[in-house]
Amino acid sequence: MSTVETRPNAVSTHSLHEHFGDLEQQREAATLGMWVFLATEIMFFGGMFTAYLVYRMAYPVAFDAASQDMNFWAGTINTIVLIGSSLTMALAVHASQEGKNKHVVWLLIATMALGAVFLGIKAFEYHEHWVHHLVPGPYFQFEGPDPRHAEIFFSLYFAMTGFHALHMVIGLGLVSWIVYLAARNKITREYHSPVENVGLYWHFVDMVWIYLYPLLYLVAHKHVSG
Amino acid sequence: MASAVHNVVETKNYLNSDFGIKSWLLTTDHKRIGLLYLVSITTMFFVGGFFAMLIRLELLTPAGDLLQSDTYNKMFTMHGIVMVFLFLIPSIPAVLGNFLVPMMIGAKDLAFPKINLLSWYLYMIGALLVIYSIVTGSADTGWTFYTPFSTQYSNSAVITAALGVFVSGFSSILTGLNFVVTMHRMRAPGMTWSRMPLFCWSNYATALIQLLGTPVIAITIMLVALERLFNIGIFNPQLGGDPLLFQHLFWFYSHPAVYIMILPSMGVISEVVTCFSRKRIFGYSFVALASIAIAVLGFLVWAHHMFVAGMSVYASLIFSFLTFLVGVPSAIKTFNWTATMYKGSVYLHTPMLYAMGFIGLFAIGGVTGLFLATLGIDVHVHDTYFVVAHFHYIMVGGAVLGYMAGIHFWWPKITGKMYPETWGRIAAGTIFLGFNLTFFPQFIVGYVGMPRRYHSYVPEFQILNVFSTAGASILAVGYILPLIYLFWSLRYGNDAGPNPYNATGLEWTTASPPPKENFHETPVVTWEAYDYEHMPPIPEEEPVVHR
Repeated sequence: MSTVETRPNAVSTHSLHEHFGDLEQQREAATLGMWVFLATEIMFFGGMFTAYLVYRMAYPVAFDAASQDMNFWAGTINTIVLIGSSLTMALAVHASQEGKNKHVVWLLIATMALGAVFLGIKAFEYHEHWVHHLVPGPYFQFEGPDPRHAEIFFSLYFAMTGFHALHMVIGLGLVSWIVYLAARNKITREYHSPVENVGLYWHFVDMVWIYLYPLLYLVAHKHVSG
Repeated sequence: MASAVHNVVETKNYLNSDFGIKSWLLTTDHKRIGLLYLVSITTMFFVGGFFAMLIRLELLTPAGDLLQSDTYNKMFTMHGIVMVFLFLIPSIPAVLGNFLVPMMIGAKDLAFPKINLLSWYLYMIGALLVIYSIVTGSADTGWTFYTPFSTQYSNSAVITAALGVFVSGFSSILTGLNFVVTMHRMRAPGMTWSRMPLFCWSNYATALIQLLGTPVIAITIMLVALERLFNIGIFNPQLGGDPLLFQHLFWFYSHPAVYIMILPSMGVISEVVTCFSRKRIFGYSFVALASIAIAVLGFLVWAHHMFVAGMSVYASLIFSFLTFLVGVPSAIKTFNWTATMYKGSVYLHTPMLYAMGFIGLFAIGGVTGLFLATLGIDVHVHDTYFVVAHFHYIMVGGAVLGYMAGIHFWWPKITGKMYPETWGRIAAGTIFLGFNLTFFPQFIVGYVGMPRRYHSYVPEFQILNVFSTAGASILAVGYILPLIYLFWSLRYGNDAGPNPYNATGLEWTTASPPPKENFHETPVVTWEAYDYEHMPPIPEEEPVVHR
């Protein structure tokens, strides 16, 4: 990611850092940097997905039972909310390429609002789990066939959704940074890679949820009762 | 060369363009960040060495008389954590790679200078967390943090040590990210991939491992810390958790991490061997692609650390076979260096002595690695000193010697001053001798059955352990010598001039120390790497000028 910053003796355009030859090279470097970073993120979440896979294969009955205690509607609404936020983000990126900073600002604020709704619903779910003694540790209680293995499910659930939520919080910080840039008209038709790259990050975090949702909420078949 | 002129005209370079503590701590210049790393990494090297010395002193006698078993466990744990995560992994990429990669490809800086500075701060936070864990009681799990001991039973400072490893891992990731993007997007005109110095190729391969491996250990170690902190149970066997899963995830990174340590060293050796043989490297593209092959194969062999851990025997067979494959690109490199020296005019300067030491010791370390890849032998020598000797031949005999070769080779470029050649040779010889005396006896004592990680042993093993401890003290002298004479050279060393060895490579075409922007004009490359046939020989040493 590159930041916008004016340097006293910099080359003609204020948004070009002096160690780059031109804006094109700078933009390509920033984009490649974000894609490479996302590759590392895939490996980061990959560790937890591997653990999930191993235990799901080993303890299918417990995972099925534990998944019944997930709040199906909360997860589903959250999925829709996040997909919506990806839409507003994609529109913001498009607007930034056309230099329409006012649109960018409002679309990004909508993105942040949807992100906040997601985190709110997540917090409500966490609270529910706490009340129902589903948080792993000494107070964990599970009325099912296989409570010990169900505790592993919930450990994974909290680790995976917790790290996902942490990424959402970081994402909110990044989006507020580009809202600031766009509001100050530092995003231009020529220089919009901050918006593009934060957009990539945001979509990535959404994609992680798209995988988490079926793995955690849709394991069992008879859910609709909620 | 032009030392008189240099003294009269105070040329502006990256060292004297700004002064004051802020100009260092907030610098985004890749050369200054390289020096920040040099200072912090050297410090951590001596911290880790201190623990090694305590271990060797304890093992001087069969009885546990210097350290109690608990303390001993902490000593070898902290030796491992400090040396692996805070010295070996960052050493060459963060110090020499930071300094040289942009210069070698003709760039003004890395692609993301601020992220580069951030990665140094992350390293420092990680290092401080590890030091904090040392003063609050140290971890005693071994550097491998094996569960369930690390998660359920150990009463030591596991959480802070694990967090230190976690944070410094992100420093490694960001360095790798910077290198990959820089090499893809910042090469000077004409600097094609096939003209890129092999040091850059090695660092590129290393960066791939850093990027794809480090996140996995980051999350794994984090889960261990969370398991201790919040009582969640991902690896807890009481809940049906699987300690083998931890080992798989751990070694998925930590075996490739060995290649993070050795690949950059190999890059240094490729540069040094060609320069001091005055010959183009033998088989440039094979050496370059062998780095990539090692990086890729390195990801497929991790479970050879787990042959006796209760894994399926079929899995063991496959991992054993794949481990043998890594021998192929490693051997390609070794043979090509030897072929480069063959019929070259070999100069025995200090960096070359280290490089030759590297080739010999790496060969021994590599071949004993094949012993260990063989299932039958591994079952016999698993967790003995044979394994300890093997990986020290790779990590010290390989990685550290490569690091020393590189520090000496580019010292004139970094500081503008020559190191004292005679002292350099003495230190290189001392290190080679001390190293072999320390670790060769460990092959024997391990083969006859001395297990690792115990503070006492049966009296029959004493003589070999005395050799080993004696060697360690010689090795310590060998490490302290360069510390002294390199400092000395900053003030009293001969001026180096831009290219004291008449070496090829863009970094030698600019002043020493380089100007802040590296090159006054962006270089245009029209030649292949290592065109030594057309370079003049290495000039004679000048006598030390006292001022």
